[in-house]
Parts: sequence; C-alpha cells; structure tokens
Amino acid sequence: MSAVTKAAPEAHASAYDVERVRAEFPILSRSVYGKPLVYLDNANTTQKPRVVIDAVRRYYEEENANIHRGTHWLSEKATEAYEGGREKVARFLGATSPKEIVFTRGTTEAINLVAAGFAREYLQAGDEILITGLEHHSNIVPWQLACERTGAKLVVVPITDEGEVPVDEFEKRLTPRTKLAAVSHVSNALGTVNPVKTFIALAHARKVPVLVDGAQAAPHLPLDVVDLGCDFYAISGHKMYGPTGIGALYGTEAWLEKLPPYQGGGDMISSVTFEKTTYNVLPWKFEAGTANIAGGIGFGVAADWLSGVGLAAVAAHEHDLLLHGTRQLSMVPGLTIVGRAKEKAGVISFVLENVHPHDIGTILDREGIAIRTGHHCAQPVMDRFGLPATARASFGLYNTRAEVDALVNALAKVRKVFG
Amino acid sequence: MTDLRDLYQEVILDHNKSPHNYREMTDATRMALGYNPLCGDKMKLYAKIEGDRIADVTFQGSGCAISKASASIMTDAIKGKTLAEAEALYGKFHDLLTGPPDVKADGAGLGKLAVFSGVREFPARVKCATLAWHTLQTVLKNTQDVAKTE
Ligand SMILES: Cc1ncc(COP(=O)(O)O)c(C=O)c1O
Repeated sequence: MSAVTKAAPEAHASAYDVERVRAEFPILSRSVYGKPLVYLDNANTTQKPRVVIDAVRRYYEEENANIHRGTHWLSEKATEAYEGGREKVARFLGATSPKEIVFTRGTTEAINLVAAGFAREYLQAGDEILITGLEHHSNIVPWQLACERTGAKLVVVPITDEGEVPVDEFEKRLTPRTKLAAVSHVSNALGTVNPVKTFIALAHARKVPVLVDGAQAAPHLPLDVVDLGCDFYAISGHKMYGPTGIGALYGTEAWLEKLPPYQGGGDMISSVTFEKTTYNVLPWKFEAGTANIAGGIGFGVAADWLSGVGLAAVAAHEHDLLLHGTRQLSMVPGLTIVGRAKEKAGVISFVLENVHPHDIGTILDREGIAIRTGHHCAQPVMDRFGLPATARASFGLYNTRAEVDALVNALAKVRKVFG
Repeated sequence: MTDLRDLYQEVILDHNKSPHNYREMTDATRMALGYNPLCGDKMKLYAKIEGDRIADVTFQGSGCAISKASASIMTDAIKGKTLAEAEALYGKFHDLLTGPPDVKADGAGLGKLAVFSGVREFPARVKCATLAWHTLQTVLKNTQDVAKTE
C-alpha cells in the first residue's frame, strides 16, 4: 500500500465564492413549502455536492462488483476505487498511511470499535475512562458499556457556564488509573472547539492514549492527526458532504496492531480453519463482511472535494456566519444563546423565552428553514444548563449571511404566533 | 398548503400560556411520569381515582405548546369520567390525530379536544399531542413505569 502524500496547498483559500460552492449542491435549489430551502442543520448531516452523487452513481453504473475477492475486471476496478477512497481519507486527515484508516459506518461505530477492543483487552475493575461533559451520546454510551463489562469507571470533566472544558479540570482527572481519554474536538450541541492538542499532550505525558471524536471538526477545520498527536480520531462521511453509512476510524498503526478485531467474518481474516483463524493485516482486520463500497468511494471523493475548497477558507467563512448569526440572534427579544465558548465552530444553540424549541422548529420549517431542535444526542449537556432542549442552527460551507437573516426574520414569525 | 394556524389554534395557545390543572396533587392516589425522548419533554401526571371514576387529575412538566395544551385540555376532559369513558375518549382522540391528512378530521364527540384536528397535518407533532394520553395510560394501569412516546 502506498504511503500518503501530503495534501496539495489549499486551492481558493483567499477568495471564497459561496455562490460557486452552492451551485455544486443540487438540493440547494429546491424549495420547501413553497419557500427556498434554508438548510441550517449541518451538524446533523450535510448536503452532497454533485461530484459525490456522481461518484456513487458511477460506481453502481460502471464498476459495481464485490471487492478484494474477485479475479475479474470489475472487481479490480471496484477494489481500486474503494481503496482509493481510503487513501483520500487518509490524506485528508494527514495520516501517515492508509493502513491507519479503518472504514466504519460512521463515528459511532468507530468509537464502539475502540471501546469494545479496550473492554476486551485493556480494561479492568478500578480503571478509569475519562470523557468530558460535552460529549455526544456516541462518545458516552460505548464507554459505559465497556465499563459495565469490566468494572471500569467513567470519569467526566465538568463544563463551565460558557460550555468550555477547562484544561486544569481535565488534567486533574488524569490519574494513574486512567486507561484512555475520549474527547470531542468540536461539540455538536454548543459548537465549542476543545483544546484537544493540549489535552493530548497532557494525557500522553501520563502515557494515556486519547481518542478524539472528530465528527463535528472534520468538516469545518483544517486537520492533521499527526500534528494533533491523537491515538484515535473518529469521523462520519455524511457530516463531511459525503454519503451516509460510511465513516472512518483513524488509529496509529501501533494501536491498531494491538487492538483485537471488532467483528468476525469474511474479509477480516487471512486464513480460517475450525481450530484457528489468523486475522488479516491492517486495516482489513477491522472490516468484516462486504463493505459499504459505494460509501467508501463517495467518502473519498467528498474528502478530496472538501480539501479542494480548502478548510482554512471554509473555517473562515463559517466563522463569519457564526459572528453574524451571534450578533443578529442576540438582538432577538427573549432569545438566549446557549454555549458561549471563546473558540466556537459554526453552531448556535438557543432558546426563546416562553416558546419551546419544538414549536420553533415547526414554525421555521414552514418557512423552509431546517434547524434541529431537541437534546441533540447530548442530554448531559442539556442537563448541565437545566434545559430540556434547545433550537440549533449549524452552518455549512454553503450557507450565507442572507440565510442567517432569513432565520432571524422567521423567529419574528415565531414571536407573532406565540404573542 | 397547510397553515400553521391549523396547528396553533387560539385555544391551544391559550392553554399553553395558562394551562388548566397545572399543579402537584398531594393526595393523588396514582402518579406517572411521561417522557418524549425525541424532544426531551417530561410530564408528571397525578390522579385521584375513586372507585372507577377519575375524581381529579393534574399535571406538571416541561413541554412544547402542543404537549402542554394537550395535557391541559385532557385533564379538563377526563375529570369526573369513568376509567372506561377516558379510555374511549383516548381512542377517538388518537383517530383524530392519526387519520389521513387529506381527509377532514371529524371531531365529533371530542368536545374541546377537537382543536387538535390540525395535528394530523404535522406528523412530527403527533407524539407531542399524545404524550399526556400515553402517560394517562400508565396512570390507569397503575404502574410506576415512565411512559414513552417512542
Ligand atoms: C460530536 C458527534 N459525535 C458523534 C456523532 C455520531 O455520528 P454518527 O451518527 O454519524 O455515527 C455525532 C453526530 O451527530 C456528533 O455530532
């Protein structure tokens, strides 16, 4: 397998042309209830550019076959395309080799893979897993399951009123019993960007490996897993303008070699007898059964496309939307923004006095505006703020200031209904 | 096109603002918790059952306008009714909410509850309107379970 070459310098980082980007997304020209679609639910899932849709279709129309096991031409083509997707994802993350990229169904499965391996091989009663109070359920529950199985304990770093994880609170909870720290890079509920590089350095100083939940970071910030120094990094294709049902676990070669397989089946073995099975080499040791081939291909195309747009430019554009949105929303009477971290990605969680988020969501929907309402799969975050739910607008690289203004105007309608 | 006013009728907005029977009941004979994991709505329903009659029923909790108004109007509607009558009312109410959206809802026999006829055009909100009723089921069965709308 070839080594990964570093990503090319980012293309049009200086002059970000949002209209040109928008033109690549077929769905953005549709309307909903007779109103132009304003899609502000990007933390939930993102829309797909034409190149990704075409890549998936092209695979099914021209190259469809199973991979790694055919001697025929189509199978070779499909294998090449799928493994090409892995190389693209590896390059996107800054991984040293595609061997370090395990395709999964998404972030959730990536975290479960590591948690299950730790439960089987590395955790004992009395050990500790350190997470933060900002985590998505998918970076809580797999560890709880691992703890239940082993008698290990889940330790949680509390968050501040701003929605930040203080470095000293994190450091305080690294003990000789800590076997792993699992932290989100960017919070889906509040948008907080965690100082993960600092967390990793502190953990590594105590020989504690770190898994980073990068589901909300990968689509929005320039990334380099080697520079971060993390042991594991989990991402979801569908949040990165790629297909659903595909994601990746980055793991250092050293860790992936040590971890036991996740599921057993075809493709993950090199030989099977009834007495003994030897496992396949990395990364296939973790990929049992027929893969999501179209997904892997589309994911790779999405990663390349995103790098082509340029993550520095994307981050700058979304930061502008965050500032504009924060300013405009702060002026809406009775509106409170939840999560005021100094470092934030393009996520604005808010509540409106005397109006439940669910009602906000329904009324905005009729204006063609898609946001998410609820606990955002982060109930502990909601509990921390004493809220049952929030409304959340989350930005993607195709959103505009005008769309943010449409949101603000629609909130005036909400007020009108509720008096 | 369906109108938001079909959903948010004045009566619903009024009950949302000032819900009826919204209080803790210290001498309740039964109590149940209702929870809608989708939106985080939580509801506590208290009832005083005398024989086969619901002598009093109250609720507390946090929820959207639809779930709050539904609980408010439900408690008004079932107070003084027999358990069987409440059960029958729930059946009718459920039909009102889940009927085909293109068929005009028939609110016959539902009294005030008929204001929820617009909900069937908003499938995502049906669970909000039924949370109180699901919780009532738990109360009527007299278990300590938390009712869920999923
Ligand atoms: C921070 C974070 N972690 C994990 C996940 C889970 O991702 P998926 O559902 O794609 O596995 C999400 C998705 O909402 C998320 O926002």
